Amino acid sequence: MPERRRGGGHRRPGSAGFERYAWFFMRLSGVVLLGLAVFHLFWMHFHIGVGDIDFQTVVNRWNNPLWRLYDFALLAFALTHGMNGLRSLLDEYLRKPASRMAAKAAVFLLYFALASAGAYVIFTFQAPGA
Amino acid sequence: METDRKARSVRPGDWITYRGGLGMLMWALHRVTGVGILLFLILHIVDIFLLSFGPDLFNELLVIYHAPWARVMEVFLLFAVLFHALNGLRIAIQDFWPGAWLVERKLVIMELVIFTILFIPGAWLMLRPLFGG
Repeated sequence: MPERRRGGGHRRPGSAGFERYAWFFMRLSGVVLLGLAVFHLFWMHFHIGVGDIDFQTVVNRWNNPLWRLYDFALLAFALTHGMNGLRSLLDEYLRKPASRMAAKAAVFLLYFALASAGAYVIFTFQAPGA
Repeated sequence: METDRKARSVRPGDWITYRGGLGMLMWALHRVTGVGILLFLILHIVDIFLLSFGPDLFNELLVIYHAPWARVMEVFLLFAVLFHALNGLRIAIQDFWPGAWLVERKLVIMELVIFTILFIPGAWLMLRPLFGG
């Protein structure tokens, strides 16, 4: 892993390849999520309010396919960003090659399972009786 | 550098630092908030997945998010998302405009001011229901 920095983040990896792409992705998706995730949080928590959210809220929201697309983009960016962050964190803390390998496999499986579950419900959800 | 560090006397609070100062605090908060947001994201994907089982189960489980202590967790989430977003933006700016490293401290202060302006009213709005608002 590239050297980590004061204040968070890592130095840009010197050699081209997966780690360099991952480094770019974290910065790019971070800026995208600054829009997607912060807007989502403000909208759901300040405009609607968690106390007023129920099943019907989601039915109304997902009547519009553009909201489904928005939610899928949020899922894809946030989960990929988060799981890659977890990957670099585990890479730093785990020393034994066997545990690093096991952690990498676990992160990948979790990533795959959550991405599938999230995408499944976003695109197949139908309001009851509709 | 090494002698400098040895020469400095140990101050209270030093035990939580490995390099100390604002830089390490921002680094630690970036890490902790990142893990926290990921844990909430996993929970959130699971709760939204439960929509597939119909309105009864989903609305019943919403008592969790509607409980008073969930308002407090909500404030933690706001703290984590705002901090991680603003600190991450600062890191990206410093990575792509190397000159920004020279004014890092100013950028950190600016970031913390913006964070406070957004966090305080937001936290108040979230906690208001607890005080009958």
